[in-house]
Amino acid sequence: MTIASALEMALAAVVLGMAIWTVVARDSFAAVVGFVAYGLLLALVWVRLDAVDVALVEAAISGGLGGVLLLGAAARTAAAESRPPAEHPAVRAAAALLAAAVAAALAATVFLLPDPAPTLAPAAAANAASTGLGNPVTNVLMAFRAMDTLLEKVVLLLALVGLWSLARDRFWGGHPGPRHRADPHGTLAFLARLLPPIGVVVGVYVLWAGANHPGGAFQGGTILAAMWLLALMAGLTDTPAISSRRLRLVLVAGPSVFLAVGLGGLCFGAAFLAYPAAYAKPLIVGIEIAMTLTIAATLGLLLVGAPERSAE
Amino acid sequence: MPEFMTATLGFILAMLALGLMRVLRGPADADRMMAAQLIGTAGIASLLLLGTVTGVPATTDVALTLALLATFASIAFIKKGGASAPESTEGG
Amino acid sequence: MKFMLDIVTVTAISAGAFFFLAGTVGLLRFPDTLTRLHALTKADNLGLGLVVLGLLPHAGSLRGGFKLVCVWLLALLAGATVSQLIARAALASEGSGSFTVDGPQP
Repeated sequence: MTIASALEMALAAVVLGMAIWTVVARDSFAAVVGFVAYGLLLALVWVRLDAVDVALVEAAISGGLGGVLLLGAAARTAAAESRPPAEHPAVRAAAALLAAAVAAALAATVFLLPDPAPTLAPAAAANAASTGLGNPVTNVLMAFRAMDTLLEKVVLLLALVGLWSLARDRFWGGHPGPRHRADPHGTLAFLARLLPPIGVVVGVYVLWAGANHPGGAFQGGTILAAMWLLALMAGLTDTPAISSRRLRLVLVAGPSVFLAVGLGGLCFGAAFLAYPAAYAKPLIVGIEIAMTLTIAATLGLLLVGAPERSAE
Repeated sequence: MPEFMTATLGFILAMLALGLMRVLRGPADADRMMAAQLIGTAGIASLLLLGTVTGVPATTDVALTLALLATFASIAFIKKGGASAPESTEGG
Repeated sequence: MKFMLDIVTVTAISAGAFFFLAGTVGLLRFPDTLTRLHALTKADNLGLGLVVLGLLPHAGSLRGGFKLVCVWLLALLAGATVSQLIARAALASEGSGSFTVDGPQP
């Protein structure tokens, strides 16, 4: 057994142990920290599996945004935690059985896959020249399965609308989340002034590098969203009112540009979302830039929550 | 050289696993938070070593993202969890 | 020349691993929150810095080396600031149960 495979087994064991502990931890805050650590370790696993794009998303989402989201949820449900659970033990047993059945079905599917597993990877790699991009993941996301990516962005938007619908009637159209205040000369404000410019540069870099190296719109958008959240948490800026026209324009920019290019492909090209060979790369980059802004705004708004204050 | 780096990678991962002990034991929330911070830094070091050993330069980008975002959970904890933290939140 | 660079790499990475060990042992064994925080930052600054220093000869290009140093500087900035925040919150809420603070109280 080589050192590398021993390391991989050790890493897998630690990841599994962390996951089990997250489930059985009594205190929800401890479980959240365990989940964040589990996400960081999973990023290592993704790198080991040669899926660096996924590792980028894992590091950004579970390392950064996931922790913030879950901590907020834990804080809000802290009052309910102290009460004893209301369900009948039989309900819990049935839920456990159902979860075990789903896990068994997934495991069986993985083990029963034919060896070698059916894959379209060679076909995707062979057609990489049609877009001129070097990163096969971006090729699949933006060219070969562009329809899926377009619909995913619409789903993100629907999730945001669903979240906004949780607002009380009198706060509709107002500012999401509480107004954060921090000492303007303090440490948090200092970090929130220094880190976001660096973060914006890194986010744009990750977006730009997605053409030929691991990266892309989603990873870049997540980093930008995290930087915006940092400025929010330090009280340097306030959340925009959700009735703001500019905000809504940014939110629909990504899917709209995508849809417009798709319809253009229908009118001037072969099919919906078909890129003319000469313009494929500029079109894809243009769509990705619009999508990054939309993803950054949507993820940020998903994390701050439903409107809690009326628009002044 | 690659064997040495892989051995160091294993060592740092062992440190990471030990840091997880602190996440498990607590006893206070801040201790768990600091353990998560250590896991983040050890994870960054592991990714840098892994990138050099496997020859995949994009791994450094993952380490860069991790370095940028690893402290968010800690900051959220300070704002929400610490009971009488000096940086506090007010409702509108 | 290559031999010299290899020596630098091995020494720096070993020293970095040692500081990671020191930081982890400190986090596990020190008695209260503030001392554990002190140990933790050693792993952040020196551990990661020495590892980055050891990896610089193997970076492959100037841009790669620059990225490595940027990673270290970012980790330094974020770690130092968060340590300050945790320490202040620990001092502000002694005895509330969120933090363990032993030793002489101010």
